[in-house]
Amino acid sequence: MSVENLSMAKALNQGLRQAMLDDPKVLLMGEDIGPLGGVFRVTEGLHAEFGSTRVLDTPLAESGIVGTAIGLAMRGYRPVCEIQFDGFIFPAFDQITTQLAKLTSRHEGSLTMPVVIRVPFGGHIGAVEHHQESPEAYFAHTPGLRVVSPSNAHDGYWMIQEAIKSNDPVIFFEPKSRYWPKGDVDTSASGFPLHATRVVREGTEVTLVGYGPMVAMLLQAAEIAAAEGTSVEVIDLRSISPIDYEPIIASVQKTGRLVVAQEAPGFVSVGSEIAATVTERCFYSLEAPVLRVAGFDTPFPPAKLETVYLPDADRILEAVDRAMAY
Amino acid sequence: MSYTAATVQLLSTEGTLVTSDATAEYLPYIEKLTDDQLRDFHRQMVVIRKFDIDAANLQRQGQLAMWIPSLGQEAAQVGSGYAAKPQDHIFPSYREHVIARIRGVDLMRIIEMLRGLSHGGWDPKEHNNFHLYTLVLGSQTLHATGYAMGVLFDGATGTGNPDTDEAVIVYFGDGATSQGDANEALVFAASYQTPQVFFLQNNHWAISVPVTRQSRTPLYLRPGGFGIPGVQIDGNDVLASYAVTSANLDAARSGGGPRFIEALTYRMGAHTTSDDPTKYRDIEELEFWTKADPITRMEKFLRARGEGDAFFAEIEVEANDLAADIRHRTLALGVPDAEKMFNHVYSEPHPLMDAEQAWLENYEQSFEGGAA
Ligand SMILES: Cc1ncc(C[n+]2csc(CCOP(=O)(O)OP(=O)(O)O)c2C)c(N)n1
Ligand SMILES: [Mg+2]
Repeated sequence: MSVENLSMAKALNQGLRQAMLDDPKVLLMGEDIGPLGGVFRVTEGLHAEFGSTRVLDTPLAESGIVGTAIGLAMRGYRPVCEIQFDGFIFPAFDQITTQLAKLTSRHEGSLTMPVVIRVPFGGHIGAVEHHQESPEAYFAHTPGLRVVSPSNAHDGYWMIQEAIKSNDPVIFFEPKSRYWPKGDVDTSASGFPLHATRVVREGTEVTLVGYGPMVAMLLQAAEIAAAEGTSVEVIDLRSISPIDYEPIIASVQKTGRLVVAQEAPGFVSVGSEIAATVTERCFYSLEAPVLRVAGFDTPFPPAKLETVYLPDADRILEAVDRAMAY
Repeated sequence: MSYTAATVQLLSTEGTLVTSDATAEYLPYIEKLTDDQLRDFHRQMVVIRKFDIDAANLQRQGQLAMWIPSLGQEAAQVGSGYAAKPQDHIFPSYREHVIARIRGVDLMRIIEMLRGLSHGGWDPKEHNNFHLYTLVLGSQTLHATGYAMGVLFDGATGTGNPDTDEAVIVYFGDGATSQGDANEALVFAASYQTPQVFFLQNNHWAISVPVTRQSRTPLYLRPGGFGIPGVQIDGNDVLASYAVTSANLDAARSGGGPRFIEALTYRMGAHTTSDDPTKYRDIEELEFWTKADPITRMEKFLRARGEGDAFFAEIEVEANDLAADIRHRTLALGVPDAEKMFNHVYSEPHPLMDAEQAWLENYEQSFEGGAA
């Protein structure tokens, strides 16, 4: 067993490096990802190791990055694109939704699209407009895409490699607020399927579900709830599309209560989708309505208001209390 | 808008070869053509025009949801289509039916698409590298550029062997030149020096909007600002289209970087069968371009070289046979199975696809043998 204590940024870096060593067709593309190593340093050192045709500092154009990645994938490459920040994915939205997502279907299966799009996302970094957003629902709503988000360093290391191995396009949301905390990464493990939801803390009275940056917040809330006498189960979704429902259903059948949490606005969101499905599939097990904890349905506010906007442990506990009160 | 002093023309509207300083570098490509090749240029133009007119009729008779005519643009397409070598990759827009045919795509695939039975569906690998149509204007320019980057990274170009060195050609329209993607493609192509030709068919209209709304400068000058050489040709001249595209593809495949060709042509018919051009354009324009017709001048050229009536009668028969065959096969088309919707959304198993397909099957079965 080989366990290293790494930040998620470093774990992703190591995962990318391993994928590039394993398959010469894997190449990285993005803005400032070469000698600088990306604005979050996730690609640090890779340009020096693999050179300019494996690690491409592209022109500054997101549609161009994704559009040419599609052409490279047609040629047999497995491009991994970095979008510099969540709010700058929209110039590429057309290529992602009308082309990348649909090309396999348009080709009736004769063409695969092994393209990964890495997107640093979410708040808690005190940045200016367009740098703290959570646009995952747009992509989860698009047939043909797979959408995932790791919540910790170990998952980051393995999930980026699984995403690169996928023959379908994967939108890979990296929680910026979790880039720097360190965690144990077992690099000798055998990994796990890309779309496998995981129970990260067992409990009996309320199920909490979240993904990416929210998982740490859920665990914090679970800790406080336990001290106050409520037993909470926490599930890390890992995959936003498709959703691996079985562990969630099993948990809700046990606890009878579900709270779904996310940084993204709540209206027509991942949380809404889970609430609808769990209500349908666990109706007779539910002791309370499924509750959602989410960012407000406003534009992401100026940074000094982000702690008001973003759900924290207290907002999650407020929902836990409401669920328990039914 | 019509031809300019810069327009390269090899075949005059009278059907004679134009010899000048401007054509000297291209004429050798024509001199190398055999009689059979020249006949084929003409044959393809005639056959596709008949097919095109007939497909529009099929639409009017309710057999197709829509038709996208290529009428008038045959020379630009046939010439450049034959200029591509077997190893080259072709990224079309959505009007290049004759290039599809030249590369071995059964025209029924296009009929099926416009009847609402598929979104394309042919495998470019099995159709001489002719890629699928792209309906989002300009998107394909980036796919072509990315593909050409891959060719470059593979070292499959610029080795000095014109029979194996690969190049890429991408088609787009005058309206599409305003799209961000088309401009980003020029940026990426110039930056990476891709082995690629951008082939613009300036047919003077984007549905009802004239090219003058898209650009104040002639479009062949625009790539210059990106560091890409541009040339303007008479797009109704099949020989110019062939020779200039050949020369530019050769330059691209031998390490010369990307090239840009603006082919001046005209959409003689409606944009699609849903359009009504009488609302927005003058008859004078149509008259100018009728005189510049690509087929008429090639026929004059061939006759002057001694081609007799028999040949022209023979291709007339071929055109009629193809149109009849297409009509026959169109009327015999069925409806695809519903599973076609689910089968290839993902290339690996996906729980939502399985669940929804199973639900649909169940739902449909619930009617069978039910209370009738
Ligand atoms: C992004 C996008 N916007 C709008 C349309 C609708 N549309 C289809 S064809 C067309 C005009 C295209 O003109 P041009 O690029 O000159 O090509 P042409 O049809 O003349 O061959 C428009 C507006 C589209 N297909 N894609
Ligand atoms: Mg046009």
